[in-house]
Amino acid sequence: MTLLQTVGLTARYGDFQALFGVDVSLAAGQTVAIIGANGAGKTTLMRSISGVLRNAPEQVLFEGRPVGALPADEITGLGIAMVPEGRRLFPSLSVEENLLIGAYGRKVQGPWGLDAVYGLFPILKERRSNPGTALSGGQQQMVAIGRALMSNPRVLLCDEISLGLAPVVIRDIYAALPRIKEAGASVVLVEQDIGQAMKVADHVYCMMEGRVTLHGAPGELSREAIHDAYFGAHA
Amino acid sequence: MNWIDTIAQGVLLGGLYALFAAGLSLVFGIMRLVNLAHGDLIVMGAYLILLVVSLTGVNPFLAALIAVPLMFALGWGLQRVVLNRVLGSDILPPLLVTFGLSIVVQNVLLQGFSADSQRVGAGALETASVDLGVVTLGVMPLLTFASAIAVIVALNWVFYRTSLGRAFRATSDDPVTASLMGIKPQGIFAMATGIAMIVVTIAALYLGMRANFDPTIGPARLIYAFEAVIIGGLGSLWGTLAGGVIIGVAQTLGAAINPEWQILAGHIAFLVVLLIRPRGLFPRAFD
Repeated sequence: MTLLQTVGLTARYGDFQALFGVDVSLAAGQTVAIIGANGAGKTTLMRSISGVLRNAPEQVLFEGRPVGALPADEITGLGIAMVPEGRRLFPSLSVEENLLIGAYGRKVQGPWGLDAVYGLFPILKERRSNPGTALSGGQQQMVAIGRALMSNPRVLLCDEISLGLAPVVIRDIYAALPRIKEAGASVVLVEQDIGQAMKVADHVYCMMEGRVTLHGAPGELSREAIHDAYFGAHA
Repeated sequence: MNWIDTIAQGVLLGGLYALFAAGLSLVFGIMRLVNLAHGDLIVMGAYLILLVVSLTGVNPFLAALIAVPLMFALGWGLQRVVLNRVLGSDILPPLLVTFGLSIVVQNVLLQGFSADSQRVGAGALETASVDLGVVTLGVMPLLTFASAIAVIVALNWVFYRTSLGRAFRATSDDPVTASLMGIKPQGIFAMATGIAMIVVTIAALYLGMRANFDPTIGPARLIYAFEAVIIGGLGSLWGTLAGGVIIGVAQTLGAAINPEWQILAGHIAFLVVLLIRPRGLFPRAFD
């Protein structure tokens, strides 16, 4: 069953068009990875789905319902949570407050609450009263993921969660993914690290210059095809 | 002159300035909006309390209690209908709009209440005092100062102990990411201005009981409020109280030396603090 879908998504920043008819779909229970170089439009795609950028209503469908024009706070209310690029923790809030604000204004129903997030990332419990921004990059990323989980999302959008982190830290963070999926969230990952994306995704979309240039299950895609789709055929 | 007495009076006067400033500080801290009509809104609050008193004959404190929900609703609506539309990366539009609002409020008050100066009568409370041996302090200034502390304690409680306060701080940090958490920044701003107007009403109560007011005195009160906020450091409410106290003490000391120096001494203290600590006494660690 298709949970989330973009249909000919054409996002723009003023006069600058960033996406040219992107079709991506996520089935319930799946993990989808979006790969591509800088400027390919991956973050724009995330911002469009999450409602930070507004689009025509029928360009984003959630359970078949047009949601492309809804503002971010209503998208979150529908059950789509985002881990934004660069983590974006609130510097005025402690680690625990950063987590709590993820569940703002909602009666939390579902597997994720403070205890469950601390169970997933035990180090956060130790650092719960520190300011969110006093943590290491990897710990901050854990807070950002935990904060998104606190809303008990049905879809978790992760924008470049491995960016700028050491490989060992990236491994720790990705180790949490199976438990997030078990708890019932479907995941969209934006990754620059192709190897990482191929390992965890059920379906991979490769983007270049605002278009999807290649997609398929990781097993079906050859290295050459990905290389061409990533850098352009003649690069 | 009696130094202790003068300084004590100044400290208590600082409580009044902190009340003028707390709402300004709150609104600026959350949405980076400088409300140039803040002083006029305080004067408007004083007229509203006066109106309630003269219509119903209740005492001013009860009248203020009646005015509080009205002023909250007014602030909420003002933010929703007017100010949210002009907030953005450019700081000039909200300045211009609140400047215009200041003129509108003054003229509406002039039209409705005439230019005669008014006062909210507080009966025996106006002249009551307590003798502490070293100094004798007026009950009204003491109440003002206690109210300022109560307001700051209450605002800090909301800010640091409630879910609404978390949303205030998060929205202040980063409105876009806050909206990803399901927060409506526009609604948060409306709530903040509503709460600021509750503080404005409390400030108006003491303004009206302590001195005469007329429709034009708002901007002069705004200056003291600004100075208190800036001396204290933007965004710190206890800093705002400290700023109010510094101005209050400077003014009473100045007046004790020569009555002509009262206002000037307050402004000079402000400039001196800015020279030594350009970001104020208790600046926030980040902006």
